[in-house]
Amino acid sequence: MDIGPIWRAMLKNKSGFVLIALQIAVTLTIMVNAFGIIQERVNKIDRDSGIDEANTFAFASVLFKDYEREQRMALIDEDLDLIRNVPGVVNAIASNSFPLRQGGWSMALGLEPGNQTPESVSSAIYFVDEHGVETFDLTLIDGQNFTPDQVNWADPEDNTWPAWGIITEALGKEMWPDETGSYVGKSFYINDNDPVNIIGVIDKLQAPWESWSGVERSMIVPQRRASEFVRYIVRTEPGRRDELMPEIEAMLVASNADRIIRDMVTMEEVRKLAYVGDAALIKILGFVVVLLTIITSLGIIGLASFNVSRRTRQIGIRRALGASKPAVVRYFLVENSIISAVGLVVGAALSIGLNIAMVEAFSLEPLAWYVIPAGMLALWAVGQAAVAGPARRASNIAPSIATRSG
Amino acid sequence: MLRYYLKLGVLSIRANPALSALMVAAIAIGIGACMTIVTVRHVMTDNPVAHKNDRLFHVQLDNWNPNDPYEEPDEPPEQVTYLDSTALLQAGRAFRQVISFKSDRVVQPEGDEIRPFQEEVRATSADFFAMFDVPFRYGSGWDAEADRGEERVTVLSSPMNDRLFGGEDSTGRMLRMNDELYRVVGVLDDWNPVPTFFDLNNNPFDGPEQIYAPFSVAVTGEWGSSGNNSCWKPPEEGGYAGYLASECIWIQMWVELQDEDEKAAYAQFLDDYVMEQKELGRFPRELNNRLSTPEEWMINREVVDDTVSVLLSLAVLFLIVCLLNTIGLLLAKVIRRSNDISLRRALGASKAELFRQYIIEAGMIGVAGGVAGIGMTWLGLRGIENVFADYDFIGNLVKMDWAMVGLAVALAIVAALCAALYPTWRACSVSPASTLRVQ
Repeated sequence: MDIGPIWRAMLKNKSGFVLIALQIAVTLTIMVNAFGIIQERVNKIDRDSGIDEANTFAFASVLFKDYEREQRMALIDEDLDLIRNVPGVVNAIASNSFPLRQGGWSMALGLEPGNQTPESVSSAIYFVDEHGVETFDLTLIDGQNFTPDQVNWADPEDNTWPAWGIITEALGKEMWPDETGSYVGKSFYINDNDPVNIIGVIDKLQAPWESWSGVERSMIVPQRRASEFVRYIVRTEPGRRDELMPEIEAMLVASNADRIIRDMVTMEEVRKLAYVGDAALIKILGFVVVLLTIITSLGIIGLASFNVSRRTRQIGIRRALGASKPAVVRYFLVENSIISAVGLVVGAALSIGLNIAMVEAFSLEPLAWYVIPAGMLALWAVGQAAVAGPARRASNIAPSIATRSG
Repeated sequence: MLRYYLKLGVLSIRANPALSALMVAAIAIGIGACMTIVTVRHVMTDNPVAHKNDRLFHVQLDNWNPNDPYEEPDEPPEQVTYLDSTALLQAGRAFRQVISFKSDRVVQPEGDEIRPFQEEVRATSADFFAMFDVPFRYGSGWDAEADRGEERVTVLSSPMNDRLFGGEDSTGRMLRMNDELYRVVGVLDDWNPVPTFFDLNNNPFDGPEQIYAPFSVAVTGEWGSSGNNSCWKPPEEGGYAGYLASECIWIQMWVELQDEDEKAAYAQFLDDYVMEQKELGRFPRELNNRLSTPEEWMINREVVDDTVSVLLSLAVLFLIVCLLNTIGLLLAKVIRRSNDISLRRALGASKAELFRQYIIEAGMIGVAGGVAGIGMTWLGLRGIENVFADYDFIGNLVKMDWAMVGLAVALAIVAALCAALYPTWRACSVSPASTLRVQ
């Protein structure tokens, strides 16, 4: 197919083609950048929190009568006893938070005693007892679990720390980037001057803040807090969660009238709520890309139809001079390919530019190498599909048109 | 003449219904996408106390770690300690001053119909209501005397009053919280500032608290803060008293100052206060106090999520695509009509007259696109509400006001006129009788 004559014919009426090329360029820019963001968010949502999400639920117990410390401790023990003895419950703990909850406790950890410095590493803290590992379904990859005598009680405002901790592998890597051996037996300082000895390492347990850059860094410590506000986390046997939730709620409501039970949630609901923004963004951007593709296709169809009607006579003449129907179709396809090529090359440059600007301004991740080529290919295919209809109509123009005037 | 051009425009739009519909739809969709995001952003950046923006100031003092600023590069902490907030309140050097924090309490309604429930209560000093122009339906706030006397009084929002007391004038009635009785002294009128500029921690779009109680009562009752608490060093003593005496920050402080002189004097007072504290061994960092207006404070805390800005830039690009589309279609129309145009030119129409005729036609398409765009924006906002349905505060963010409606129409007309400029220019430059020869 001779590109030469087609190109020269396009130069006769540049503006229409330039507009379509520009439209394709901006469409590509939006498309690939939107896709980049979609991809980033999909990966974010797919991350594993480390706990047995399918079979775990949580709720809070809030005391509103004035209880002494011993009474509060006794109530927590009593509650846990009741819950752990329900058939179908694997295990349960009282803790301060859980992954994806968006609120929790973080502390700065330092290799040296003293006030925190820019080198301190922050980590999420979960207060647990010896049942924490089983309730969260954590995998100890090194060392061991807490023993019951390591677990102590503290007041809610207390700032005394147990001397033992189990950390995630990611936290170890951040504390000792050059260490190749075991983290077990190492120690660091929490709360400025309190030493913590690492007795175990778990492969994964996310911090409660899903958007935090240090989300993989967390530590469980063997401490229980005699607080008025207690968060219970319950893991059940597979498939029994939904029947046990109301049962346990009713049981605890009945067991003590000086408190309320609230915030009953499954981990699946917690996950959904944590990622509402990301899931919504994926939907919005997906919708934008689809809508944009439709608008651009309509633009291409509009211009091509216009060209077909404007060139009716010329097409008739070509047909009369012996051009076959496929040759006419090919003419429009090649013409569209040329416009697309110009638009896509400009668009690729714009996409890279916008991506660099967005990475700088909003700390997004840069696009993967294949996204732009894939976007170009897709838009080219869309353009060809859009132009196919008008091109078919053009090829059906009767050669006899050439003999008529006008 | 205008009427004649309007008539011509209608005829021309009718002559190509598909093409015209496509143009209107393209503008409407582009405007809808842009205005949806602009509206959400407009609500997020709204300043509920814009009328007092030059009188209200958020107070920051830098009591942080000498080795490590609160936030890079050298931002002072976003809240203040108990020690400093109460000392500054006591000094009373501003026209009005407010210290507050929020705390989870359990409300125990009378009777058995409503079970006890947990509610976030704002513990605040007396000036809160006057300073932030909070409207009252019944009664009023408490006074500084009640603050000092640690009187158990409370103010309810009107939804909370509806829930607890069936909406009647409940002043003088008693409310039980955490087993203690509080006397209702006031019920607020409708008041829903979004964002909650006075406390931007956690979620500023959730709306204000529904129950208010004196700061002094809260502290005596050892209420913990349910907002952000940060410490750069551990409290020296344990327990609630130790926490009050610590360098931990958890209280929001605002002052009202009536003019520049008062502001300068107050800034000087803060500096003097910090210098005095330095003598006592506190405030190890350099002097770095700050007074911010509500607007400055919301910008500083980056109330608008990055995601909104990303979406806004994509929406603007989206509008550009829609406009390119419209330009292309208008151009096709003009070229197709070059016969008419050259005939009109040959019959004596000036370029200016042609320009007016086509711009009016484009303007009509713009108005149609704008009106349809308002509908699209409404749909877009419903879409946003839908995909964010799990956020119970989303309803606060998807409200369209008249300013936004006007902006949508204006944007559509400007966009349509911009799109029409080049095709119109092309139309005007058709030479008289040029195409007549072919006929």
